[in-house]
Amino acid sequence: MTEKFVLAIDQGTTSTRCIVFDRRGQLVSLAQQEHKQYFPRPGWVEHDAMEIWRNVERLAPRVLDRAGIGLDQVAALGIANQRETTVIWDRRTGLPAGRAIIWQDTRTDAMVHSLAASSVASDISDISGLPLATYFSGPRLRWMLDHTPGLRARAERGEVLCGTMETWLIWNLTGRAQHVTDVTNASRTMLLDVRGLDWSPRALDFFGIPRAMLPEVRPSIGGFGTASEAFPGVRIGAALGDQQAALFGQTCFTPGEAKCTYGTGSFLLLNTGTELVPPRNGLLSTVAYQIAGAPAVYALEGSIAITGSLVQWFRDQLELISTAPEIETLARTVTDNGGCYIVPAFSGLYAPYWRSEARGVIVGLTSYITKGHLARAVLEATAWQTREVVDAMNVNSGLTLTTLKVDGGMTADNLLMQMIADVLDVPVVRPLAVETVSLGAAYAAGLAVGYWPDLDGLRRNWHIAGQWMPAMDPAVRAGEYANWRRAVERTFDWIQPA
Amino acid sequence: MPGTVQAIERAAAILRTLAGGPGRLGLSEIARTLDLAKGTTHGILRTLQLVGFVEQDRVSGRYQLGGALLHLGTSYLDINELRSRSINWADPLAARSGEAVRIGTVLEGQVLVVHHVFRPDDTFQTLDVGTLLPLHATALGKVLLAYRAGGPAPDLPPFTRLTLTDPRALAVALERVRESGWAAEVEEMTLGQAAVAAPIRGYGGLVVGAIGISGPVDRLCDSRYRPRSRLVGYVRDAARAISRGLGVTR
Repeated sequence: MTEKFVLAIDQGTTSTRCIVFDRRGQLVSLAQQEHKQYFPRPGWVEHDAMEIWRNVERLAPRVLDRAGIGLDQVAALGIANQRETTVIWDRRTGLPAGRAIIWQDTRTDAMVHSLAASSVASDISDISGLPLATYFSGPRLRWMLDHTPGLRARAERGEVLCGTMETWLIWNLTGRAQHVTDVTNASRTMLLDVRGLDWSPRALDFFGIPRAMLPEVRPSIGGFGTASEAFPGVRIGAALGDQQAALFGQTCFTPGEAKCTYGTGSFLLLNTGTELVPPRNGLLSTVAYQIAGAPAVYALEGSIAITGSLVQWFRDQLELISTAPEIETLARTVTDNGGCYIVPAFSGLYAPYWRSEARGVIVGLTSYITKGHLARAVLEATAWQTREVVDAMNVNSGLTLTTLKVDGGMTADNLLMQMIADVLDVPVVRPLAVETVSLGAAYAAGLAVGYWPDLDGLRRNWHIAGQWMPAMDPAVRAGEYANWRRAVERTFDWIQPA
Repeated sequence: MPGTVQAIERAAAILRTLAGGPGRLGLSEIARTLDLAKGTTHGILRTLQLVGFVEQDRVSGRYQLGGALLHLGTSYLDINELRSRSINWADPLAARSGEAVRIGTVLEGQVLVVHHVFRPDDTFQTLDVGTLLPLHATALGKVLLAYRAGGPAPDLPPFTRLTLTDPRALAVALERVRESGWAAEVEEMTLGQAAVAAPIRGYGGLVVGAIGISGPVDRLCDSRYRPRSRLVGYVRDAARAISRGLGVTR
């Protein structure tokens, strides 16, 4: 019998990756293609959905070739995608009605402000589990319908379709046969009744979105049809938002288990079980995953806007390092931050503050400070922002985090991992797979087709690859945390109302 | 006398021109100065850029000497960069072999451990990134020694009775490493422990580090104390995958 494998498509913000995994959950081959970022105006960020689909078509033979396997050896395909990025396309021609508006785009700011004045706004937050913010897809859809001539009428007549990236990819993969989304992606639109798990008529009415253009909502793990393009004949077993996929890849299947993915931004998700925990302290409630035929599992989410992107800024804008990993080399040239703190509120602060008027600061500058101290302050900013989110989670959920499972590119930074263990005062654990987003999509797809028998089978694949134990003096920790908070306060109210 | 390589002479001339020039130089200026065709000059510049000896200004498109030239005497690949580029392949090696994985580079006559993946059995283990190991008594070290110009350190202290303390015996062992492309260590550092390692190569095939697995002799070796070929294969595959990612085309 020939060996079988599972394939994941990770449609991310800067690139699309196809990865083949084996039964142990280990990476067999990887192919990656970046796509163009469009910045037509300040605060606007767009992608060409057609370019992204073409990249998937191009990556398909490459990743199979590198693994040395044929399509008949692919048991299933799973998708993990950048969340909240939204596109509208023509049902007949398959062409996008414009570029996809991505999650970082803040063009709906004014519209969201005026919608927030409505007496219904808080009800919509209750229904969707999300605060009214530019971050989510619903306001973005409304903006496209308002600003593209004739689009609303065509949407009402069912001539155009909309979706997040998994919907767009599945529609194309299945030769335009399936217009579907999964509950985790749908839970990021503000249009989903997060308890009933279907589109909320009240939310659709509030945002003015015709139901005819929306995809069908399905469980994350089950069936999304069979591909006829790119990977012809392969079953699409699962689709999940990227952060939910990482939670799944880390096998956080039990309430109280949490992971933090350290990338451009960082996302801490805590499994809260089959009951939705009403979010407080700037956290969000979101669907973690749903296996077909079983109740949905929920998560609390705390998002940090700027972590890895602060290192990129240090590299590209300040040019103090030439590659991102060199931040650790530079930071190790000194033994502490020298009294310097960097709060990267580049476009406001996310959890637990959600202050859009805040802007970044570097405080504590003296003539003593070297670039080594700045490098340390850059890494510490990620550690302290994690601490603030964990504190909010502990209060909100009534659970106390005892270990933090980490993944993402920044976990290669040993100094940062030690700092996180130090400031949280809990062990930080890296599993034997840093590509947990793709792995989660693969796990979910493999589970859907019986490649892996059950959740316990997946858990047995999870092993500790590295662990950092807290080693910071409690008095130092308390003092540094107080300093960090004072630094954060200095970012508030920087942008004044016009 | 063997012939000289024209492309290397030209590359050297380009570097001298850039070093002597008043700041950045454009393609046409360099080609004119050396009386070379623009296409030839461009090809050489692009290659020099790829290895980091030349940098091109993003705005003006003009060339200058690259940062890598300044670091020629020291390790040219940042150790944290090496870890970052290896991490995706070190994990599968640990999973497939069932053993702990370490990546090392040379630091002042010793092996510096730059990455460590636990043996995947979820027992309590401690990260030993930053630890220094002897070159002559470890598989990682023998790989690093084998591909290094100049002989090993004259002083070869014993750790067990199997440690290679005779410089001639070590030289023979290193020759075998170069022939086979991997190194082994069987109870030469710690009794009951064995290890296998292979070279990680960067641009031009330069060895920038070594990756290896280590564990009990009875798991790593057959009954004749030779490393199991299946495990050697995993180590070499991982080393090649990392090298490919670092730009080695072979």
